[in-house]
Amino acid sequence: MGSSSSSRNKIPNAQELMDQTGFSSAHLLRLYDRFECLDRDNKGYLSPDDFEAVGGLAMNPIGGRIIDAFFSSGQDTVDFSSFVWILAHFRPTDRNRNKEGTQQELPDSRTRKLKFAFQLYDLDRDGKISREELLQVLRAMLGLQVTEEQLQSIAERAIQEVDLDKDDAISFDEFKKSLEKVDIDTKMSIGFLK
Amino acid sequence: MLPLGLMLLLLPAAAADLPGTGSPPLRGPGLGFSPPVPASPSAPPLLLPQPGAEYGAPGVALARSAAEEPTGTGEEEDPGEHDHHHGGGYRVVQWEWSYVQTPYIIAIWLLVASVAKILFHFSQRFTTVVPESCMLILLGLVLGGVVLIANKKQLYQLEPSLFFLFLLPTIVGDAGYFMPARLFFDNLGAILTYAVVGTLWNAFCTGFSLYTAKLLGFIDEHVQAEMLDFLLFGALISAVDPVAVLAVFEEVHVNETLFIIVFGESLVNDAVTVVLYKVYISFVEVGAENVQTADYFKGVASFLIVSIGGTMVGLIFAVILGFITRFTKKVRIIEPLLVFLMVYLAYLTAELFSLSAILSMTFCGIGANKYVEANISQKSRTTVKYTMKTLASIAETIIFIFLGISAVDKSKWAWDTGLVSCTLVFIFIFRAVGVVGQTWVLNRFRLVPLEKIDQVVMSYGGLRGAVAFALVVLLDGEQVKAKDYFVATTIVVVFFTVMFQGLTIKPLVKWLKVPRATNRKPTINEEIHERAFDHILTAVEDIAGLQGYHHWRDKWEQFDKNYLSKLLLRKSVYRKSELWEAYQKINIRDAISVIDQGGNVLTSARLSLPSMASRASFPEVTNVTNYLRENGSGVCLDLQVIDNIPGAKVEEDMETHHVLAGNLYKPRRRYQSHYSRHFMPLGEQERQDREVFQRNMRSRMETFKSTRYKRHKKERSLKKRRGSDVKEDGSDKPRRNVSWQDKDPVVVPVETEDKAEHSDPEKDEDVGITFIARKAETPKQRPKSVPAALEGCQIPLLPPPPPAPPSPPPASSSPTSEDSHLPWKGSLGSPPPCVSLEATKIIPVDLQQAWNQSISSLESISSPPAPAEPVHPRVSALSRLGGPRPASYTPPGSAAGSTFSIGPQVSQGSFLFPDKKKEEEEEEEDMEGGVAAEMQPLMSSLKPPGPLPPPPPPPSSAPGSGRRRTPCVYLRSLVTSPPPEPHSRGPTQL
Repeated sequence: MGSSSSSRNKIPNAQELMDQTGFSSAHLLRLYDRFECLDRDNKGYLSPDDFEAVGGLAMNPIGGRIIDAFFSSGQDTVDFSSFVWILAHFRPTDRNRNKEGTQQELPDSRTRKLKFAFQLYDLDRDGKISREELLQVLRAMLGLQVTEEQLQSIAERAIQEVDLDKDDAISFDEFKKSLEKVDIDTKMSIGFLK
Repeated sequence: MLPLGLMLLLLPAAAADLPGTGSPPLRGPGLGFSPPVPASPSAPPLLLPQPGAEYGAPGVALARSAAEEPTGTGEEEDPGEHDHHHGGGYRVVQWEWSYVQTPYIIAIWLLVASVAKILFHFSQRFTTVVPESCMLILLGLVLGGVVLIANKKQLYQLEPSLFFLFLLPTIVGDAGYFMPARLFFDNLGAILTYAVVGTLWNAFCTGFSLYTAKLLGFIDEHVQAEMLDFLLFGALISAVDPVAVLAVFEEVHVNETLFIIVFGESLVNDAVTVVLYKVYISFVEVGAENVQTADYFKGVASFLIVSIGGTMVGLIFAVILGFITRFTKKVRIIEPLLVFLMVYLAYLTAELFSLSAILSMTFCGIGANKYVEANISQKSRTTVKYTMKTLASIAETIIFIFLGISAVDKSKWAWDTGLVSCTLVFIFIFRAVGVVGQTWVLNRFRLVPLEKIDQVVMSYGGLRGAVAFALVVLLDGEQVKAKDYFVATTIVVVFFTVMFQGLTIKPLVKWLKVPRATNRKPTINEEIHERAFDHILTAVEDIAGLQGYHHWRDKWEQFDKNYLSKLLLRKSVYRKSELWEAYQKINIRDAISVIDQGGNVLTSARLSLPSMASRASFPEVTNVTNYLRENGSGVCLDLQVIDNIPGAKVEEDMETHHVLAGNLYKPRRRYQSHYSRHFMPLGEQERQDREVFQRNMRSRMETFKSTRYKRHKKERSLKKRRGSDVKEDGSDKPRRNVSWQDKDPVVVPVETEDKAEHSDPEKDEDVGITFIARKAETPKQRPKSVPAALEGCQIPLLPPPPPAPPSPPPASSSPTSEDSHLPWKGSLGSPPPCVSLEATKIIPVDLQQAWNQSISSLESISSPPAPAEPVHPRVSALSRLGGPRPASYTPPGSAAGSTFSIGPQVSQGSFLFPDKKKEEEEEEEDMEGGVAAEMQPLMSSLKPPGPLPPPPPPPSSAPGSGRRRTPCVYLRSLVTSPPPEPHSRGPTQL
């Protein structure tokens, strides 16, 4: 613990972050290393360019969206705590913690996970996935394999399936509902080192 | 053994000499189970060191007994030989038993197994409580008892060679080929751990503990066994058996993670068991004293080689299989055969090199599935699926029956209470301990830890089965002195685990509230989002600098996409997107479920089916009849009358019927159960589906309402769409002109409906179709559905006369038909009047429509004035739409869209049907929704997403009128829909 706590001192607000996100200090350290690694110029924050330098992301059809998700609207930098905060969405849900949790909802909760995914679709952040937004994501994921008509019929069906209030868009509630049978815990979690 | 294989090939000939000779050719009645695989049994199974010696006698006995079985006599002598040699001179009728003996026996056995299965499923309540495997074993016990009493000695035995060469491969092949690959690999770590570590743990602990028990005197002294013997026994008894596990767990429906772990473990651990077994056997043969240290390492190496080698062989064959099926476009008919051959060859080849055949076959199946399924035609897929399931099911049945039978023969085993009870206790304890221990470790790495309940079920689900039995029977009695005791113990263990644990695991699962499988098909949303999740996780892993599971999976997918798929997939298939495929599947599934659920009758559904769009014009009405008759669906509308009137249609109908029977009916199962071989009883899962459907329907309905008013827009969109498709122009216009509103005004007395109803039943009786369901429905349905159907038909008619072929009574039909149809509309206008007491029952929308159609057809017949016309117009209209178009032209998008739309509605309707009255009201709503929904899909396919944002439901759509009218629109849309997109053909073929 000694060595880790000493290096932990480098990390701003370490304790607070750990409390908020549920990451252990080992996680945090590791993430901090990664953060510094991404932060090539030692700016202390990350810019979209830093993310784009990550190898796999370039290949990822919705990589751009994910990068965007790290930057709250209007900002083009992300500091370490936001970085960790966002990654915390992908922790496996910690049941014990949430039960105790009188505090605010942890980012790894189901709702927060879904919210994160939802925001990837919701480009204009109006709280709804419009048909056009859905189409864009589909287009990105399917690439050239599918004709525009096919894309549209898929999107059409997807929206119809869940569109409860008939506004031809998917609200977050509808989104959540459409995935209520899906094991989000498994499908939106990453095995950070425990 | 070699002769054995060859003999198989020469069955008939061999059979003739059999009774006389003591050779082992006639291995058993079940030999014939590997039908698709006449090839290369020449590979001597290494697993079966000395079946000849041990089982030579039984084999012969078997043959003889087999001879007697069918005749039902207890004669000791072989009747065939007898008769044969006694005859003098020319005989008109000869007794050629010896000639047909083998295939005859095989057939009889298959028959027995099938009948047994049928009988078991007669009582729904019984089968839900008692697992099939238990019943089969009981049946085996009874059969064995009967034969034993009759013959004084046991004639049938589960022959190891039969088991390993034919029965086991069919089961493993089925399991491997239909293994949910994603799930399997997601849990690969856990599966491997349990299979390898767990099995080793069980084997050693059981072996040592038994030895200790022996030393302590718990086990009788008659059991002459040394340390090695016990270890050997421990190895063979520790293997969880895939057959038993599959048989039981499939019926229990635990959640898929649990299932895949237990089942995957049972598949993989066979490799471990068999290797251990072989190592011990060789040690025993050499003698414990002579075993060198190096031998232990050789044992370990052997394990690695056997399992990895087996996997590699399987994967190699998977690649070959995928590659071959790439080129079968012109010879579709051999596709299924290829699949069976290659999978079985993978098994045999692995056996040939004494690698793990089970692993080989499993991985061949898993690996090839994706590519093969994409390459081969829909029919081939269906064939493969059905054949595999049939074979596996029969093999399983026979295994369990044999287990029962072999237990009866006392000469084969010797009882020792100490050994039996110790074994039972030990395997149970060590299984539990092993599971808990491993889970504890695994949970440190697992994303979603395995709960305590899961562990209980996993421990309890450690069923032993035929593999253990076959292995123990294979033991050499000379070298393993305690063999008979081991056999008895194994039998008891198998019986106990399969019977007792199998019986109690269901209540246990219920009691523990283990999360069950939902058996739910993914919605398109889930498909989309889950795909997105995968990407998200991969990206996040990249960002976080973790090289986790998703990272590698993504790498693999890239590799697969860039190389493997290019190599193994047809070009045409390679272009397709998985998501699009999924979309198509969902659509088709909806349509199929419609048909399945009694929606058979729904014309529109069939119309919309993409696969049919090009071929089948309207003849569906008649088809339905055929279809229903064939499938014995409960809800039958006999429209046969129609057949006679428009004679021209018959041929077409037949064709459509075949298409339907071939494409629609069978595939249904495919989607129904992912890895289940058995029929799934309607359960709660279905309910959930229903709910989903209802919700969708309702929403679609709403959208429809709103969109209805936006018709112009839609049409515009349609035009756009059609821009690509020149042929469609004609259809568009009629649509526009005809608004449902025009037709509405016509008032039809309710009486007509009744008439129709009455007439209907009578006609139905001829065919022996059940009428009940329909009746109940009729009152409510008509109002809505009838108009819809009529309109749909009519609308197409209005446009220019059909240029081309099959429409029988084309031009004349339109006006008259309208009249006939109109009455229905009138009924619509008058809302609840038609609802009789019967109406209280819920009527599925699909049924309603079907009913309406049938009614209209009947009406035409029954009521002189408007006889055939109503039908004809429709038909002609449809035929125009469908028929005239060039065959090549398949409306992809539209077809899909329409299908799906119909599907949901129908299925929804059908789902509701069984429900009680209380739901009625809801149903009504749903029905509304359903209709709208139906429309919706069409519209969706037709309309471009952007331009047509359906505004909130317009006021006019409000209560009665809106609802009633929608159906018409819906139908119309259906009729018109076929022409949509250019590409649809390929995708639809799913």
